[in-house]
Amino acid sequence: MKFGVVVFPGSNCDEDLIYCLQKNTKQEVVKLWHKDHDLQGCDMVFLPGGFSYGDYLRSGAIARFSPIMQNVIAFANAGGYVMGICNGFQILCEAGLLPGALLRNTDMKFTCANVYIKATTSSLITSALDTSKALKIPIAHGEGRYYADDITLNSLIANDQILFKYCDADGNISNESNPNGSLQNIAGITNSARNVFGMMPHPERAALPELFNIDGLGLFQSIIQQAQQEA
Amino acid sequence: MKYKASIQIMPQAALLDPQGKAVTHGLQQMGYLNIDSVRVGKNITLEIEANSEDEAKSAVEESCKKLLANMIMETYSYSLTLL
Repeated sequence: MKFGVVVFPGSNCDEDLIYCLQKNTKQEVVKLWHKDHDLQGCDMVFLPGGFSYGDYLRSGAIARFSPIMQNVIAFANAGGYVMGICNGFQILCEAGLLPGALLRNTDMKFTCANVYIKATTSSLITSALDTSKALKIPIAHGEGRYYADDITLNSLIANDQILFKYCDADGNISNESNPNGSLQNIAGITNSARNVFGMMPHPERAALPELFNIDGLGLFQSIIQQAQQEA
Repeated sequence: MKYKASIQIMPQAALLDPQGKAVTHGLQQMGYLNIDSVRVGKNITLEIEANSEDEAKSAVEESCKKLLANMIMETYSYSLTLL
């Protein structure tokens, strides 16, 4: 499997993600420059965290129109795997590849902290995860409050598109364990075709023993396992 | 002809606006107890070269819907003046 990580001006989690993917999957990982139009034959494209285009206007609003995104959108619409983490999730929502939007955190704070999430459905990125286990994964965002109108939210639920929910260390989903005011504690979703994934927490910051937390490793293992099954 | 558009973008009425809420609290702490329901949006001005007011309007609307506002969470309104 070949992975591509898009680099926008203002991306700041691209190197972490590339290192994490290389260490954990032993696959080829290439950088995709935002001004290019070539996905270099990647099997899966990642949009990393950061502050693309300085978060001007709205997080992800300008990045969504960058040259490479036109190819990423076409790739996703043709069934290609695309995953956005943090700012990448915001970009995917702005691009319309994922439904809903990410609003300013209810408490107005930029929150940088370890939180707990748990997988709530099986997908390319969650198949190897135990849905009963809470994973400790860091978040670092000011605009992570997931919002969608009632019709969209109901269809997300009906189609089992919610990937992760914020919870406490024991896996209980409650208001207290919701760090940003997201509807239904939503931390990550997939599209109806289940090939586009977005999440606010950073699994790439919790997938190396050197960082004393490998709770995020399962996501990358899921991708590799699924890819091997499909091959 | 050249037009100037003044575009106002606001968080949707039904959505919590934490920024507006914080400003409301600030004003009330200053003693303005008669002030409530502050909401914070954006004001964007731009100039458009167009052959008619209708053409200018459609350019503004398209820009708002495609980029300047996110219709999932915001609403927009604008006024046009001939320069």
